[in-house]
Amino acid sequence: MAEIAISARHVSKQYVIAAVNHDTLRDRFAHACRSVFGEPATSEEGPRTFHALNDVSFEVTEGEVLGIIGHNGAGKSTLLKVLSRITEPSGGEIDIYGRVTSLLEVGTGFHAELTGRENIYLNAAMLGMRKVDIDRRLEEIVEFSGTQQFIDTPVKRYSSGMYVRLAFSVAAHLDPEILIVDEVLSVGDGAFQKKCLGKMDEVRRDGRTVILVSHDLPVVANLCQRAILLRRGNIVGDGRPQQIIEQYMSEAFTGGEASLADRTDRYTKHELMVQAIGFLNEKLEPVQPALSGQHLVVRVHYACHVRKVFENMRVMVVLNRDERTACILSTDVVDRQPLTLEGTGFVDFHIPHLPLCGGRYFLHVAIENDTLTQDWVQYAAELQVLDGDYYGTGKMYPHDGWRGKGMFVDHSWKLERVD
Amino acid sequence: MTMKASNSLDVPAVPVPTRGHVVRTPTVKIRPSRGLLHLDLGALWQYRELLVFLVWRDTKVRYKQAVIGAGWAVFQPLISMLLFTAIFSYLAKLPSDGVPYPLFAYAGLLPWNFIAQATSRSGTSLVGESHLISKVYFPRLIIPLAAAATPAVDLLCSLLMMIPLMLWFGMTPGWQILLFPIFLVMALLAALAVSLWFSALHVKFRDVGHIIPFFVQFWMFASPVVYPISLIPEKWRALYSLNPVVGVVEGFRWTLLGQRAPSLEMMLPSLAIVLLLFVSGVIYFKRMERTFADVI
Repeated sequence: MAEIAISARHVSKQYVIAAVNHDTLRDRFAHACRSVFGEPATSEEGPRTFHALNDVSFEVTEGEVLGIIGHNGAGKSTLLKVLSRITEPSGGEIDIYGRVTSLLEVGTGFHAELTGRENIYLNAAMLGMRKVDIDRRLEEIVEFSGTQQFIDTPVKRYSSGMYVRLAFSVAAHLDPEILIVDEVLSVGDGAFQKKCLGKMDEVRRDGRTVILVSHDLPVVANLCQRAILLRRGNIVGDGRPQQIIEQYMSEAFTGGEASLADRTDRYTKHELMVQAIGFLNEKLEPVQPALSGQHLVVRVHYACHVRKVFENMRVMVVLNRDERTACILSTDVVDRQPLTLEGTGFVDFHIPHLPLCGGRYFLHVAIENDTLTQDWVQYAAELQVLDGDYYGTGKMYPHDGWRGKGMFVDHSWKLERVD
Repeated sequence: MTMKASNSLDVPAVPVPTRGHVVRTPTVKIRPSRGLLHLDLGALWQYRELLVFLVWRDTKVRYKQAVIGAGWAVFQPLISMLLFTAIFSYLAKLPSDGVPYPLFAYAGLLPWNFIAQATSRSGTSLVGESHLISKVYFPRLIIPLAAAATPAVDLLCSLLMMIPLMLWFGMTPGWQILLFPIFLVMALLAALAVSLWFSALHVKFRDVGHIIPFFVQFWMFASPVVYPISLIPEKWRALYSLNPVVGVVEGFRWTLLGQRAPSLEMMLPSLAIVLLLFVSGVIYFKRMERTFADVI
């Protein structure tokens, strides 16, 4: 058994909601006056507290890579801030054994007017590095960032890519024993992300302890040995990443957030509406995340709210990634059979080999005909895809550098010699 | 286990039955803080380099892309001195206790400019650096300290200008010059005392940002910067010297220009107020520090 690196016992954090942001002297004064005159405080002024973390206990052993996942507002960021000492817990205790560095973003404290070199010193000092250590590693940091030529230029003249590279480079050379990382990996372009992941992997192989908070489930699945799932400030799952991710995804689509049928942020005629979207495998069992190459069924539930038969309709699902359309499924293009909708029911789209590579996709769904849109919901559902063996060759594709890019296309090749 | 040189040193030399049950001292202990005063000077010392870097950053950024650069630190008080001499000495005929008025004004402007700048910069520093507060840990005291220390660099520059000025007017300092550092420290403490209060309050009440400019303006008129203390009626002196700047300015004039020594009845209230404000400022700051990241 390895030794304990972090031990958190009964950590809780409460926020007083009413006090935040409305605290001007005038409010205070008004409040004081009212209390003087004996007017009872209205319910809104009572100390409404919000429990961001609720009796959270866990241990991390040395060399472990722990992922923390959960929905927005589940307490991930609060936990990270408490662990990083940015904010104090309201209760409980945490013991950390070893030098810690928290990276809640890259390039904290960068000043636009200062040169790259000056910013390295400033940023590294902020992250707790001593000047002698910075002196020693300066060369390496500059080298890694690839900004040698511009190192004495103010960073305000840097391209955004250079800026991020330099910032990450500092972060990558901190050498902590325990690293606490927020979604820093999600910044920058693909090549940069790859570099980050590579560095993370290196940190892991060095036997250092890492706590990683991420929305990027494939990253958690690939990098972490263990994952914790938070829900409303409580730990509701702790175990192997794959298992925890499944728990997270199943939760995601069985309530929690507003269900699709209840959503009002849609364009609709209120006559015929999309009720829900489901992802199933070929046995029609729910899946999430999906795997590239797998047989995936996208089920669109609909309901007619008027007694009417809708003829010549089409159901369309647009899959998006990074604001760009990846592909479109539509009932009217694949065959000539007209679609008639009435009552309630569902339409299943079968994708025999899911051609999407690993990542996070959003689905937008429409029910319409050529002249009229009945219902159109953007960001109706989220689909997580993990890289899978699409071609059945036992090889993971795309390779690292291309991971998360493009789509899978069935193809073959033939070599001919001409000489 | 392999690379923990630092922690294995902390392991007590007791026979250990099983691994994993070794009693180790945590490097970092996170607890909700209780009690009035938990200074944690150790952490402040640990981050001393960051303090230096922040002062260096502000100084550097301030004079970047300025043609005469740090020359402004010298020019600003010089220009004020000329202006004040023209208005208050030439036009308003204010007395200056037997010292040439320009020197009198300059010796007063040295500490005043510092205190005014430190207060306005440091008083709003936490909110100005809110980005850092919500993203990275370090002792929060570093921020107002650095913001107050940056004008101190200017103070030292303009202090050098005092030498040619005194030569020009043919004045030499007496033995009192040896006491000058005391008043320098008092100026620092006075600026910090007010800044700590302001900066911590500013996090919660943004009104402070609007109050500071007026406060600084009022404060200058309530301090013997452009006029000598002899203008204040005797019966008001005690009240007047509750203003910490009174003690500081008088101390500067006495040690640099060899004016008559300030009376003890005037120095003591100033000093007491400085210490009181400073200690209470630190306590208030440390108390509020816990919630900075949540409120800012």
